[in-house]
Amino acid sequence: MTPPKFAKFREVQEELGRSGAAIFRDAAGVESLVIRFPYAIDYIHSYAEDSPFFLGLAEGKLLGSKCTDRKCGFRFATPRSHCMVCGKPTAWFELPKKGRLHSWTTCHFGSEAFLKETPYNLALVEFDGADSVLLVRLKDCVESEIYVGMPVVARFSPTPKYLVTDLWFVPDRA
Amino acid sequence: MVTGGVTKFAKAHPAMDFRLMVKRAYDYAVRGIPNLTKERIDGSRISYFSDHFSRQLKAASMVQDYLGLNPKGSVRIEWGGATGGECFQAAYEAVASGRMDVCLAAGYETMSRVATWKGNEFIALASDTNFDFPLGGFYTGYYALMVVRHIYEYLRKSKFAHVADEREAQRLAIAEGQRIMSWVSVKNHTNALHNPYAQYPKRLSVEDVLRSEMISYPLTREQICTMSDGAAVVVLCDEARAKEFTDRPVRITGVGCGTDTMRLADRPFGKVPRFPHESASDYADLDYPGVHSFRAGRAAGLEAYRMAGITDPKRQLDFIELHDAYASSEIQTYEDLGLCRYGEGYDFTLSGAPFLRGMDYGLEVPRAGEIPVNPSGGLIACGHPVGATGLMQGVFAFWQLQGTIRKHFGDPRLQLADARRGAIHSHAGTGSSVTVSILERGFTP
Repeated sequence: MTPPKFAKFREVQEELGRSGAAIFRDAAGVESLVIRFPYAIDYIHSYAEDSPFFLGLAEGKLLGSKCTDRKCGFRFATPRSHCMVCGKPTAWFELPKKGRLHSWTTCHFGSEAFLKETPYNLALVEFDGADSVLLVRLKDCVESEIYVGMPVVARFSPTPKYLVTDLWFVPDRA
Repeated sequence: MVTGGVTKFAKAHPAMDFRLMVKRAYDYAVRGIPNLTKERIDGSRISYFSDHFSRQLKAASMVQDYLGLNPKGSVRIEWGGATGGECFQAAYEAVASGRMDVCLAAGYETMSRVATWKGNEFIALASDTNFDFPLGGFYTGYYALMVVRHIYEYLRKSKFAHVADEREAQRLAIAEGQRIMSWVSVKNHTNALHNPYAQYPKRLSVEDVLRSEMISYPLTREQICTMSDGAAVVVLCDEARAKEFTDRPVRITGVGCGTDTMRLADRPFGKVPRFPHESASDYADLDYPGVHSFRAGRAAGLEAYRMAGITDPKRQLDFIELHDAYASSEIQTYEDLGLCRYGEGYDFTLSGAPFLRGMDYGLEVPRAGEIPVNPSGGLIACGHPVGATGLMQGVFAFWQLQGTIRKHFGDPRLQLADARRGAIHSHAGTGSSVTVSILERGFTP
């Protein structure tokens, strides 16, 4: 009997040998046969037009993108290759490594993939010279220290995995 | 709208797969209407949110097939958390365009098929998988980010403006925000005590809500909806045929839909699209929407209200079934839908205006009954089987307007006296798409 595997089914259960299957009996006496199977796959994913951002992280660079239309000139802290305001192409530019918290939270639970990392902090960071913000992990600080407006500074992984987690921020205590 | 049906929402329904759940809701809807036979239904719109939860592609085809509706037309509707609300509007469009005389909208979700935290992962895949998901993708975390900023804008800068120490001021503002969000949780769980379809009816105190487990600061477990299995259906038709099926039809007088950026980080800082009762000077210093408000909700409200001729929603609506996936988003949505101005959501909650008159919440609610929000118990207490949720709201609103709550709930307590016009509100992602539909009594009692 391994209740956690069928944690959501509160009815009486009876395992069928070693098959992983079980019979569930509800309050009305209705019996259902329930099986279990794994589901995993390797995906092939291209960062495509977002690639320079992730390659930049590996070099310790934080790249935003700015609209090439002179009248528009919107500056995105989370880059995109075309401007959402006017539709013109954008150009890459380097964001400052220091910013301020626009908002934040501490996750005490998370999706299964991140449960083992809890508690972790998520934060939106504002930068001077950018019109939008960037979602990041905030490390080296605990819930009670964090506040909107807190100065923070970027850190980059020395061993890049080419994920957005190659970047994180810490409090700028300087 | 001429009828609807809902299954009880539950953690799991191992004895019913998605086809049988929809069939049960459908049979409930058509029973007692002898001339609403399968032959009279011209086609369907069928909604479920996640192929990951179903692990059965084209599952909507299996619903159509199980209901015996082949070879009539059908299409699957998916739009994140607003899947059910979109399905409702898709069926409305099928009838309003003249393509169908009678259209079935059916929705379901079977979220019990994976553990809760895996389910959260599936849901978080509805965030940008390059920039957001790998950071610790978790929807409660995203809503926590939004409400922390909402509290900063509207409690820190007002009620706690006098506190000099920034950290202390924010901490006090968040504690006040948590207390007020708990009122929403108490309201919705208490209302659900009288709704037999609800998954988690319970009597709670503000302290119980605050003491429940911290999920993502400042949101606690009792301020968040849960994973559910369930199905709901509605039947829509044109006015001429409605009278053949019921002497108490409900008219759909407004539909609205709005969108916003997928990533929270991209929400621009601009001006507020205003309702007639708001003035530009109300929001002179407000950067909008930022991450504190749902521009998509406001856009959906503006469109639906315009179509229905509503200029002052608080006075002209008798109730709202509102997508309260989080207690925080219910308060944010009061403002988006114009029940109060931006910044007034917390005081609006404490005034009691969205509570039911005469219900014992263990709270002082002087203005109870002004505009009841989630008289059914909402998502927080009824559950949120995504593809069914927006249709469940349609069914509860329909019964409310028909005056048949007692018949369907076996308990008259949630029936509003003389409800003539209500709204249903369905919300997806971090507010990346939202629908609002207006329903009105279509008969003279």
